[in-house]
Amino acid sequence: MTENILPRPKMRSGDALLRSASFGYIGLLIILPITVMIVRSLQGGLTALWADITLPQALFSLRLTIVTAFIMVLINIVTGTATAWVLVRYSFPGKQVMDALIDLPFAMPTIVAGIMLVALYGPRSVIGSFLQGHNIEVMFNTPGIILALLFVTFPFVVRAVQPVLIELDQDMEEAAKTLGASSATIFFRIVLPSLMPSILTGAALSFSRALGEFGSIIMVAGNIPFRTQVASVYIYGEIESYNPQGALGLSVVLLFFSFAILLLLNFIQYWNRRHEN
Amino acid sequence: MKTNNPGRLLLIMLVVGWFAVLIMLPVYGIVQETVKSGLSLVVSSLNTPHARHAFLLTFWITIAAVIINTVFGIIIALVLVKQKFRGKLLIEGLLDLPFAVSPIVTGFMFIILFGPNGLIGSWFEGQGIKIIYALPGMIIATLFVTLPFVAREVMPVLREAGLEQEEAAYVLGASPWQAFWRVTLPSVKWGLIYGVTLTVARSIGEFGAVIVVSGNIINRTQTATLHIHQEFTDFNYAAAYSAALLLAILSFTLLITMQTLNRRTNES
Repeated sequence: MTENILPRPKMRSGDALLRSASFGYIGLLIILPITVMIVRSLQGGLTALWADITLPQALFSLRLTIVTAFIMVLINIVTGTATAWVLVRYSFPGKQVMDALIDLPFAMPTIVAGIMLVALYGPRSVIGSFLQGHNIEVMFNTPGIILALLFVTFPFVVRAVQPVLIELDQDMEEAAKTLGASSATIFFRIVLPSLMPSILTGAALSFSRALGEFGSIIMVAGNIPFRTQVASVYIYGEIESYNPQGALGLSVVLLFFSFAILLLLNFIQYWNRRHEN
Repeated sequence: MKTNNPGRLLLIMLVVGWFAVLIMLPVYGIVQETVKSGLSLVVSSLNTPHARHAFLLTFWITIAAVIINTVFGIIIALVLVKQKFRGKLLIEGLLDLPFAVSPIVTGFMFIILFGPNGLIGSWFEGQGIKIIYALPGMIIATLFVTLPFVAREVMPVLREAGLEQEEAAYVLGASPWQAFWRVTLPSVKWGLIYGVTLTVARSIGEFGAVIVVSGNIINRTQTATLHIHQEFTDFNYAAAYSAALLLAILSFTLLITMQTLNRRTNES
């Protein structure tokens, strides 16, 4: 009905303009730089690229990155789900404040997160000197990396699970309870399966963030090859020492992981939507 | 639901304890370290030419990123929500890439593209314009890492607002421009403000991408985060802690703003 009244031709040219503007912007800022980097990395041939990736120091940093990220994800799955559960299902004094402060790590600059951890656990602090006295190394060691990752990724699982838990119908749980199921059985057989996609989403997001994390790790763990040097710090080192060729290998690997995780996240979303319908 | 259940109480204590130790204790740590240095040292270390320059640079980069990404964020949201075209899902997926790419890889990509030997950078170099190791590169890197925020926050609000009001405006004889300013923009107001707040927080805090493209030149290309890093590596702990606490207070204010906005959007 409105067809005749709408200034159609004018709209269409405006639409085209907006579309070219967005394609142009995304193209220039996202597609072009990524394409150029991938092309550059392949210029020397696949064998050369593989050799750069499999250099012992590069390979060590990549392995350290993946292992620390993996440990962080395992801890976050448990603590994040528990936090979301407590925030949604129970009431306790200070709950609202805690709920508001969950996002603090997202708002904090990553370098500030690193400085905070150094201030708390560094050799100059009370806790740090106590740990040092007991020969427990946190800073400039693997536990420091995991601690930093846990800090910067804390909200991911909580914020992914929380809305699903709020929406979750409790009838099934009530029914199971009436039938004499224990709390543990109810949680693992009824609640957990419905939370699984959101837990996986939170886990994938925190894993992705951890693979690329730089600021907090360089403060907390430094840049010690074969000890605390993670992939992003290795790449940074290669760029700083004017060896862009050496930086390309791991950059492409990290980029590959970013793509893979984005695909996985889209797949979870797609699968979730299909299951809901 | 009883709250005196011992299992329940234990779980609450574990969760609150973990949160307190992991998140709140480090906040206490930095406050305590800064207080320890004394107020006069905090003020004087924040009032050096380096520190002032760094915070001012962060301010200008943030302003640039907010303006450019608000304009393009709204345009991208409009195109992705209101228009139909092939490859839309791919564009939506690409839009999320900045969240997934490591900041160091981001900076490196822009060095390859805009560096003196890069595809685009070499042309600019010929014109005598420096992009990398200069302000333009730092703005570009910040634009990349904050690109999705406005678009992603405006899109769902736009989808929910629907087309009816806008069509009514057209029926009443409004031009597309008028319909946008009077109908579309007010309807996405809260999503837009939320997206801008996220953009500000990320621009202020960006470190990895900016340190790579800036070359980290004192008094020239050092932002607030780079300044903190510099003072820390120079063992000027009081200066590093003071500047970090100042950024932390800024971020905390933004967080509270976001929470308030979020509650507002949920209520409306």
